[in-house]
Amino acid sequence: MHNPQLNKNKALIHLLTTEGLPRAILTQILDRAATYVAEMEAGHKKFPVLSGKSVFNLFFENSTRTRTTFEIAAKRLSADVINLNINASSTAKGETLLDTIHNLEAMGADMFVVRHAQSGAAHLIAEHVKPGIAVVNAGDGRHAHPTQALLDMYTIRHFKGDFTGLTVAIVGDVLHSRVARSQIHALSTLGCPEIRVIAPKTLLPVGVEQLGVHVYHDMAEGLKGVDVVAMLRLQNERMAGAYLPSTQEFFKYYGLTPEKLALAKPDAIVMHPGPMNRGVEIDSAVADGNQAVILPQVTFGIAVRMAVMALVAENQAVNG
Amino acid sequence: MKRIAIRNGRLIDPAHGTDKVGDLFLDHGKIVAVGSEPEGFKPDQTIDATGLTIIPGLVDLAARLREPGFEYKATLASEMNAAVAGGVTSIVCPPDTDPALDEPGLVTMLRQRARQIDLARLYPVGALTRGLNGKDLTELAELRDAGCVAFSQAEHPITDLQVLYRAMQYAATFDIPLRLRAQDATLAGHGVAHDGEYASRLGLTGIPVIAETVAIATIVELMRATSARVHLCRVSSAAGLAMIRTARREGLPLTCDVSINHVHLADIDIGFFNSLYRVTPPLRSIRDREAIQTALVDGTIDAICSDHSPVDDDAKLLPFAEAEPGATGMELLLPLTLAWAEKAHIPLAMALTKITSEPASMLGFSASLSVGSRADLAIFDPNATWRVTPEALKSQGKNTPFTGYEMRGKVVFTLVKGKLVYAAVPQIGH
Repeated sequence: MHNPQLNKNKALIHLLTTEGLPRAILTQILDRAATYVAEMEAGHKKFPVLSGKSVFNLFFENSTRTRTTFEIAAKRLSADVINLNINASSTAKGETLLDTIHNLEAMGADMFVVRHAQSGAAHLIAEHVKPGIAVVNAGDGRHAHPTQALLDMYTIRHFKGDFTGLTVAIVGDVLHSRVARSQIHALSTLGCPEIRVIAPKTLLPVGVEQLGVHVYHDMAEGLKGVDVVAMLRLQNERMAGAYLPSTQEFFKYYGLTPEKLALAKPDAIVMHPGPMNRGVEIDSAVADGNQAVILPQVTFGIAVRMAVMALVAENQAVNG
Repeated sequence: MKRIAIRNGRLIDPAHGTDKVGDLFLDHGKIVAVGSEPEGFKPDQTIDATGLTIIPGLVDLAARLREPGFEYKATLASEMNAAVAGGVTSIVCPPDTDPALDEPGLVTMLRQRARQIDLARLYPVGALTRGLNGKDLTELAELRDAGCVAFSQAEHPITDLQVLYRAMQYAATFDIPLRLRAQDATLAGHGVAHDGEYASRLGLTGIPVIAETVAIATIVELMRATSARVHLCRVSSAAGLAMIRTARREGLPLTCDVSINHVHLADIDIGFFNSLYRVTPPLRSIRDREAIQTALVDGTIDAICSDHSPVDDDAKLLPFAEAEPGATGMELLLPLTLAWAEKAHIPLAMALTKITSEPASMLGFSASLSVGSRADLAIFDPNATWRVTPEALKSQGKNTPFTGYEMRGKVVFTLVKGKLVYAAVPQIGH
């Protein structure tokens, strides 16, 4: 199947999903991110990569954290950043998604960072933007959140060195999680031999095993001997849909407590994409404990987003 | 009324399983002779069908013509033209127009419009409930008298089972058939694709197979209680077909059809969110598609319909879940049926029963090439190849998952009531 993220030279021109991206490209992003991390640690905060370019942050769905990290990343690359909260404007007046995009193209956009409530929205935009304009998916429906997954990969690589001997557990609302899907694809491609998902049946997508994961309904079983625990956010609105009886019960059986974490390897790391619900999916003692790498994730997230934006812009420039 | 002689064609009569080369003679809208010319027959028109195949006109059990109310998507005239270009001579149209076909006057008007256009025959299906609201029964007997051949809710569910129970009881009183879509609305929820591994991968909300099977179980149970005749429209799953097989073995008057899309496609064809593949019911797994092909051969499925649903471009250029479901299909029904027959190694005559004689018998007439039958015919070139492009389609709706596909088999002439209503090439011979 044609991969719309790659140009004819197999270079990354959009980032829409981690699915189907070759290992070399994932590694290239992580390596570039590493150089930005090193540069920033050395005190450099500004790079001229996107100088003169306009990055439009199109958030059709609310988000503060992701939008801010993309904004910071783009500004560090010297881009002009325009933030648009579309929920409150054009689409509310009846304009279609593609009309909005074509209007913003006419205003001189070079890159769209898109968040949308519908799976596939970023693909649709990438398919219809003019040549030379890059699309970066900042989360579409339940489908994909590739930059989050890549920053998770960066974090794992930073703390664990390599993927080929790791057991990773992804815990919580996998059904509604674009993060989980993107993590699973990225981990598989990077050679992680055992990916587990731990959740009640109501929060697991049909046929999830076919994505290459082992399914556990028992947290104690699933966490045994794992190197990485990737917690997912549990949206409180899920409670209303008969997915779960209560947050209390969920926390009792699937919340990450120090006792449950003790079943993992002693040096296991705990990740969370944020924002966290303390006492729902994670205990404060774990969230603030020494195995949590949640704040480094945020820092790495900026470097990873810089790396992605820099690479797609460079590849668009060469072949656009 | 013209007398027409059609010479030297390959005559396939699916109703009788015959397949031979010969001549066909039409007079007063009927077939008056097959093989040898009747004495004294002086044709007003002769069609040379050398190298062409002659079959009864296609009977499409589900094609939306969008009139009244959705003329921006299609009009009766545009879709009637598409029908005859596809060899479809009889069209059954669902009641989900705007307003819905819930008043005898509306049905009369629609039939009158169709008669004025005078291309294909129109068989309206009446709304089972007023405005398809799922609550109040329409005047079923009055609507039947106005020309409705059956009653349905189209895609609008009846969630109150007591209403469905009463509807079936009342319809059974008059022996009026119901055409129901077997889908439990609450289990389908806001799903947009088959609830399987592929939808999980794309993060699309799924419609589980149980939405179909639970509905079939309910309908079958209500049939036992009411003796209503039911035709299930566009069955999509292996499990659903197995239940239908069992119910028929029991002797229940249950028939069903599938859409041609489901004969050929599966959920994995959606690719990266291609909204042209958003149809209702959703394209299911490859295993379900195989079960559909088996059920066509073993007779569990009575008919294949086009499920023709012209949609405007704007309604498809949206994220998958927001795109309007539906595909245009009347012009693809024949070539896609030919392709299925070839792929499945099925005798052509047998495959063609699913789009001619079997759906016709449900409507109470015979689609055949025998003497005395209606002179509704499709004459096609079995070897002509063409590519599905917006320009190649007469329908106002250009939305089809088969865009870009190479089709084999092209309708050259279509006759309805013994009159030539479509000719793809300038006619040879007079």
